Amino acid sequence: MCLAVPGRIVACDADQAMADLHGNRVPVSILFAPDVTVGDWVLIHAGFVIQRLEAEAARRSWALLADLVENEARGTATGGAEGSGP
Amino acid sequence: MRSYSQALSDGLQRLREAAAGLPRPVIFMEVCGTHTMSAGRCGLPGLLPAGVTLRSGPGCPVCVTTQGEIDLLCRLAALPGVVLCTYGDMLRVPGHGDSLERARSRGCAVRIIYSALEAVQLAEREPQRQVVLAGVGFETTAPATAAALLQAERHGIPNFSVLVCHRRIVPAMTALLRTEELALAGFLCPGHVSVVIGAEAYRPLVAAHGVPCVIGGFEAVQMIRALVRLVELARDGEAALVNAYPEAVTAQGNPAAQAALAEVFSPVTTRWRGLGWIPDSGLALRPRFAARDARRRFDLEEIDEREPPGCACGEVLTGRSTPRDCALFGGACTPLHPVGPCMVSSEGTCQAWFRYRDAFVPRASCNVEVVP
Repeated sequence: MCLAVPGRIVACDADQAMADLHGNRVPVSILFAPDVTVGDWVLIHAGFVIQRLEAEAARRSWALLADLVENEARGTATGGAEGSGP
Repeated sequence: MRSYSQALSDGLQRLREAAAGLPRPVIFMEVCGTHTMSAGRCGLPGLLPAGVTLRSGPGCPVCVTTQGEIDLLCRLAALPGVVLCTYGDMLRVPGHGDSLERARSRGCAVRIIYSALEAVQLAEREPQRQVVLAGVGFETTAPATAAALLQAERHGIPNFSVLVCHRRIVPAMTALLRTEELALAGFLCPGHVSVVIGAEAYRPLVAAHGVPCVIGGFEAVQMIRALVRLVELARDGEAALVNAYPEAVTAQGNPAAQAALAEVFSPVTTRWRGLGWIPDSGLALRPRFAARDARRRFDLEEIDEREPPGCACGEVLTGRSTPRDCALFGGACTPLHPVGPCMVSSEGTCQAWFRYRDAFVPRASCNVEVVP
């Protein structure tokens, strides 16, 4: 429940903003991060921006996640997916 | 840039080197459901060096919500004219008999929301209905509840109320340190709760109990980075607070979120599944918001707690047992037919052990193949 995901602000209007999450556009509240502007990388939790991220750190996170997804896809293709019971 | 596998391999090598100098075996605890699932998914528990154990604590807010609170949510959903708004995580968790999912299948109005503000918007659109928000979660989620309530106040929306079931993590960590049988050597502190409360929130814990606290992110490499620091601190006998997730966590946290929390809530003694009553570990609405307290608005009486027979969730949540110690695990209790909350929650320790069962078996070697 406490997972937050990185996204990028693409539009701002008062305390509301639109964030891009890997191609998905989601409305977010910026009540807890009033200084964010278009182009900022942010951490989003349950519809609220809770932190602004350094662009380089966010890009590094996305690159690691992309590599992880690629590795997991490779694992799934070779039968390394999750099982269904103990 | 290094690949993910290379970063993982390098981190594990550093962990092995640090663990080689440990004078005795150590047990660390993470207190975040996302850490639990992330560790299982990447096989981390089985890759840890000999002498290093990572236990899961009461970090899944769904799991520590008492059955009585779930019962109250189900009762609310069954009232005529009430719409109960909840995050999806809560849907399948059973109370003493019912769950919100079963209540919804009988026609009760249970609405899944992504943001707490959606509940306020619903109340504004449908003034003839009473909209109740299930306020569940730690300090990451509680500010959203506070923001929703303040918005309802500002916009003069009378038909919005909250059933507050929020928890605060640091008082629970303090209570765990009093469990002598655990003998914890340090905490892997939750990343996103810390974004809100700030790294310094753990300082009193470190000072009063002499226990190392290291804040970690959620990817395997970030968790390993934090574990390396924990092992180094344990090896050197040093009680320190380390922020190993500085890309997201600051020393003081998020001041706007903290201000919303302080305006709406005050700390209160609260019951946790498995830990009992812990001082200041919950949140209660301040008196000026009392009219928006769903317990009061709908005259709900608290319900006595009874654990399901044979269920060891209480022991699992406090790290005193692993899921495999529970007689029901994997037989009478599975994700399809869960008995306790640790199996039903997608962030529960029992579900992590069930889904990633191989991850919790220690490996003779913790070398990771580097994919070119």
